[in-house]
Amino acid sequence: MINFQYLRTTSAKSAIALLLKDKNAKFLAGGTNLIDLMKRGVTAPEKLIDINHVPLKQIEQIGNKIHIGALTTNTAVADHALIKEKLPLLSWALQAGASAQLRNVATVGGNMMQRTRCGYFYDTEMPCNKRQPGTGCGAMEGFNRMHAIFGTSEKCIAVHPSDMCVALTALDAEVVLANSKGERKIAFKDFHRLAGDTPQLDNNLKADEMIIRLEIPVNNIAKNYHYLKVRDRASYAFALVSVAAAFELNNNKITDIRLAMGGVAHKPWRLTASENFLKGKEATLSNFEKAAELAMTGAKGFGENNFKLKLAPNTIIEALNLAKSKA
Amino acid sequence: MLKEDTDRVDGILKVTGKAKYFAEYELPGLTYGVLVTSTITKGKITGLDTKAAENAPGVIAVVSHLNKPSATAYEQEGGPQMKIFYTDKIFYNGQPIAIVVANTFERATYAASLVKATYAKEEFNTDFAKALKDPKAKKLQGQADYKRGIENAYKTAEVKLEERYFLPIETHNPMELHGIIADWRPNNQVTVYAKTQGVKATQGTIANVFKIPMENIQVNSEFVGGGFGMALRTWPLEIATVMASKHIGKPVKVVITRAQMFTMVGNRPAAIQTIGLGADKDGKLTGITHRAYGETSTYENFTEGVVNMAKFMYQCDNVNTSYAIVPVDLGVPIWMRGPGEATGAFALESAIDEMAHALDMDPLDFRIKNDPETDQQKNKPFSSKNIKEAYKLGAEKIGWSNRKNKPGSLVEGPWQTGYGVSVGVFNANRGKASVKGILKADGSLLLQSATSDIGPGTGTGMTLIANKLMKIPVNKITFELGDSSLPPAPSQGGSATLSTVGSAVNDVCVALKSAIAELAANSNMDATANFVEVLKKNNLPQIEVTKESQSGKEKDNYSMYSFSIHFVQVKVHALTGVVKVSKIVSVGDSGTIVSPKTARSQMLGGAVGGIGMALTEESIIDHRYGRYINNNFADYHVPVNADVPEIDVNFINKPDPYINPMGAKGMGEIALIGFSAAVANAVFNATGKRIRTLPITPDKVLA
Repeated sequence: MINFQYLRTTSAKSAIALLLKDKNAKFLAGGTNLIDLMKRGVTAPEKLIDINHVPLKQIEQIGNKIHIGALTTNTAVADHALIKEKLPLLSWALQAGASAQLRNVATVGGNMMQRTRCGYFYDTEMPCNKRQPGTGCGAMEGFNRMHAIFGTSEKCIAVHPSDMCVALTALDAEVVLANSKGERKIAFKDFHRLAGDTPQLDNNLKADEMIIRLEIPVNNIAKNYHYLKVRDRASYAFALVSVAAAFELNNNKITDIRLAMGGVAHKPWRLTASENFLKGKEATLSNFEKAAELAMTGAKGFGENNFKLKLAPNTIIEALNLAKSKA
Repeated sequence: MLKEDTDRVDGILKVTGKAKYFAEYELPGLTYGVLVTSTITKGKITGLDTKAAENAPGVIAVVSHLNKPSATAYEQEGGPQMKIFYTDKIFYNGQPIAIVVANTFERATYAASLVKATYAKEEFNTDFAKALKDPKAKKLQGQADYKRGIENAYKTAEVKLEERYFLPIETHNPMELHGIIADWRPNNQVTVYAKTQGVKATQGTIANVFKIPMENIQVNSEFVGGGFGMALRTWPLEIATVMASKHIGKPVKVVITRAQMFTMVGNRPAAIQTIGLGADKDGKLTGITHRAYGETSTYENFTEGVVNMAKFMYQCDNVNTSYAIVPVDLGVPIWMRGPGEATGAFALESAIDEMAHALDMDPLDFRIKNDPETDQQKNKPFSSKNIKEAYKLGAEKIGWSNRKNKPGSLVEGPWQTGYGVSVGVFNANRGKASVKGILKADGSLLLQSATSDIGPGTGTGMTLIANKLMKIPVNKITFELGDSSLPPAPSQGGSATLSTVGSAVNDVCVALKSAIAELAANSNMDATANFVEVLKKNNLPQIEVTKESQSGKEKDNYSMYSFSIHFVQVKVHALTGVVKVSKIVSVGDSGTIVSPKTARSQMLGGAVGGIGMALTEESIIDHRYGRYINNNFADYHVPVNADVPEIDVNFINKPDPYINPMGAKGMGEIALIGFSAAVANAVFNATGKRIRTLPITPDKVLA
């Protein structure tokens, strides 16, 4: 059998120390993706460091930021009164993801770390630059209906599958990472990477680092928001396209806005140009349409996913419509 | 006394985990087998390195074509076609090529990963549509051409249409994974615990392959976690397991993986169909042409009834059909619920809707106008048919009067509402079966037959038939099945079990009653005396009767079909292309309903399967590699609860006077047949978009 060592730790410090000792060690949190990857032979860590007993499950407001511990479950975050009241977009995005059973064990940190669901990545008999650099991209000229239209590289057109991360990108979250020397903080939008020449890397987490918590600024966009996920069935399916939209409305004028898209890139895709266009404008259908058009700059289809070139702007428009109509 | 609202007799066992499925049997010395599969699509195995696997911890044996134990039939000319696992030839990607047996499942799984095969690869094609276009690719006749009146009469009709319809591969994917436990004893006594729709069929296949007597083989399959057709044959993986047990002299259990469910146990074949319809301006059909092509494998032919419905469903003097199968380098398909008829009905019932639209007629009125009084194909009267009543009932329940004939008329914000209707039809069969009945002085009745229950509630139906005739309470009646040593019955398929085995139950009960009446008369008791008293008076602990039952010449005199009508309301999102089925009304016209609760469950399951066929299910292959891409439950989308609205199930519930003593016709297949067309028709009514390729996913709606 492919043996691995199972270790359990109760502090971030010892977790990082264990991680440093072995290049082939991985953290185990909810395990909803990692265990599947091990069963499919995609990954074979020699050590699993169970971090579920590290006390990182807080959800609290400190100053004008909401802190969410990395080991908080998706369900705990989605159902928390503070999140529902102040970050309802995040709650909605979480509830659009996976199934109730998975959300009950999947953690915030694990959600960020989940791998793509590209079929070529999971089948070890197929080429995949993400799984095995240099073998080629099976999806590029194959079945790419689920794949990226933005920020693609010649090496990889996979998408990041998370819903939660789309909302966090929109909400200007920050990630606190711990390492052996201390902590560092990075913007959530800089956590995940584009595939570029290194599709094997999903994010900028360093080999000796551990996700500790999220810090999300309290905002003024908790009234007009919507997370719209378009998928092949009504639940338990990954997004074809999803949009997180939230704005502040004064006399039908948009004074602040956040827009991000999922299912379209190797990382959650923030729509900065669309946001800039809408800021200060009336919340009208024609402005929404113009914003959606701006969002599509640089989009490129690969055949079976060409429909996303139409679906993506439509979803942006509908998410904005629904955010506007929220009383 | 009669309990027509009876719950499923094994319901409590099932929901409390006490029902025992094949994989749950623990035999002494049980070992675990894991199958190694080919990673190429076509060619030959040139080498199989099993050393590392054999040396891995806990491994007992690696069995392959190199060391296979004798399977006599495979060595004969004209033996079974599917000699997979017994040959070095590779016919498709994912084909089982070796089985690794170890003392735990995990060890077998690991050791299986150590088996290394080398191959001589050959060019292949897994793309059915491509093979169809290739003039050099084989096309085999799947069914004799049919012609009534003028061929292709639609071409000269006043109003005509000709359209093509595409269906992808669908995979059955019952919740329970396939597999078997095989225990081959030294004296050639074989016991298996199987997941099968026919214990006698499994017994017969093993007997035939290994050339041992039927009575040496005991097949047990009391509970089955869903079949949908995929357990209608004994697959190579099962033969491989029996071989492995024979080879090592120990019981071997195999449970395949979800990914292997896509390659080892069949699928609904892809199909491409052309329908030509002609009508006069008043809406009378003047020509129907149905031409179909179905996918099959290169090593075995598979055919099904794709073009049957076109021959008799509508009144039309000019009908012609053809059906060919096209071999590709994939595993052989097998019947999937509603089998070929569901495939055919998608095309025909979509086309009927298209014709109604071309004529500017309500599609329900169009169907009623062309409803035949007799079966024009067989030139016989229908044994029973209440389809007009079913149309009327379903139309009322769905609120058909709210439907506008002009597509895209019902709009609320971004959501467009549409209504669709479709018909389903399937042969009402009755085969031959035997049942033994044992009537006991303790007031109970035991019935036994080697039939199966893959989920429809066989035991419940049989119990209710006996309950009605014998006036014995349901809880005093036991029906035993899933055991090859019981009196023979056919496999559970083609919606025939209730009709076939139920008739034998009927005959057994009639015989038991007359035996009791005779005993009563002989012992000077009243003819209406209770059987318990009669048995006691005669000092008999029990009496038993075995009866074989089959249809008589009514079969030759009448055309016998079950019918269903499906009405759906859909909501289609104009911007995202999302389709939601928002309301379902299904009406079954299948004679007497013997067991209302389990019959309703059948219709519910058919509707859910129909939503899957219409909106979500598709097995996707990368034809460059010949491998499935979405072979798991995250990516192969069966409908989830959130996709399923309230389903309003209705039955006409009028006895068929001819088919069998109960007047009951099968209804498992009709629950699904036609459903996908009702959805496609509703999507058209909502949007004006006619989608002829299933499944109807958002990208197709937006296109």
